[in-house]
Amino acid sequence: MKFLPIIEHAVKKPLWDCKMCGQCVLHSTGMTCPMTCPKTLRNGPCGGVRENGHCEVKPEMRCVWVKAEGRARTWPLLPEAWREEFNHMRPPVNNALKGQSSWLNLLNGTDRGTPPGWTADSR
Amino acid sequence: MTEANAFERLCQTRERHIVTAEFPSFDGGTLEDIRLAAERLAPWVDAINVTDNPAAHAHASNTAMAIALTQLGYNPILQVVCRDKNRLAIQSDIVGVSMFGVQNICALTGDDVTAGDEPEARRVYDLDGPQLVKVATIMGTGMYLSGRSLKAPPHLFVGAVENPTAPPLEYRAERALKKVEAGARFLQLQIHYRPDILEAFMAACVRNGVAERAAILPTVCLTKAARALTFMNDQVPGISVPKPTIDRVANSDDPKEESYQLVRELASHALSLPGVAGLHITDFRHDDSVRRLTEDLAIGPRFKEQHAHSA
Repeated sequence: MKFLPIIEHAVKKPLWDCKMCGQCVLHSTGMTCPMTCPKTLRNGPCGGVRENGHCEVKPEMRCVWVKAEGRARTWPLLPEAWREEFNHMRPPVNNALKGQSSWLNLLNGTDRGTPPGWTADSR
Repeated sequence: MTEANAFERLCQTRERHIVTAEFPSFDGGTLEDIRLAAERLAPWVDAINVTDNPAAHAHASNTAMAIALTQLGYNPILQVVCRDKNRLAIQSDIVGVSMFGVQNICALTGDDVTAGDEPEARRVYDLDGPQLVKVATIMGTGMYLSGRSLKAPPHLFVGAVENPTAPPLEYRAERALKKVEAGARFLQLQIHYRPDILEAFMAACVRNGVAERAAILPTVCLTKAARALTFMNDQVPGISVPKPTIDRVANSDDPKEESYQLVRELASHALSLPGVAGLHITDFRHDDSVRRLTEDLAIGPRFKEQHAHSA
């Protein structure tokens, strides 16, 4: 298990520029990593997106969320269930999971944990 | 349970158009300076936004200004951005101001540090805008995000912002819906110079129910000259001003008056759209234009007999 984060990073870094947040949501964000947004926004684009669809912070870069939204809507191979998840509210990042394998956290359910207050109203 | 404040009540009843305006930033001075600025603005508006280090420039804190306005008898809207503080600091700010009677909270992602005069600063964004809406809403139920109880649940009226003119345009109304589902009951929009895009955004917000569930306030910006429009177009993230609009002011014989007329047209168009609950005004003219605009449009607390469009 010690090597799992290394393997995961070796696979996901070249493909998605993975930041190893340990709680991967790629499937619900059009296979575009929200942690590559300079503001690490998990719930959609900020209001600073430029008229040409580029990033407020890095003018040479296309906005991560403009990409994500386009892909989530149009990519033919994306499962319908993943497409629907695009508009779901993603909880605040659990910073304690940084550097861990999100694969393991997915299997043991750690990545679905939220602070008790977050889910109190739906209980 | 505390009663709804006047701004909150208007957002619920929509008995007339609502007017909010942005309070100037302070870089020192006295309580008397705050009082004078509030006195100038308050008669024409229903609530006053205190900003949180706008454009990533440090100014007197949002919390201090909100407390001052409340103690002076005015009704502030506390803007909170995600850029400068983590979830602990944001929650303590909200509980702190609530103990002074501040009730209206407006959640923003916030301009990046690179937009300001200290681009070397660490950016935080521990929460994002929609998450902040939800955290403030949770606090209104009497607990912190951790689930730990607050001694007395603060009376909070939570809202957010949205930028209808930033890409991806067709997604913006869905993002607004996400914030409404997280608890936002008013939405102040980014300054706009694109009536066509605002119209499409509002139509989408009427269709998806956002306009009914939250009071939507489009924003206009009072300026004096074409230079201000060029500056916003070039320097302010998320605002674009079409060239013909800039030219119209630049080529006018009286740019100051033309600037006002432009804003008046944008405001009057915005108010004519189905689902619009009122107007948010930012003022860089620092004259009597807020008064003039609200009088010309017959909106705000002085015009109680007027009825707003219903969503």
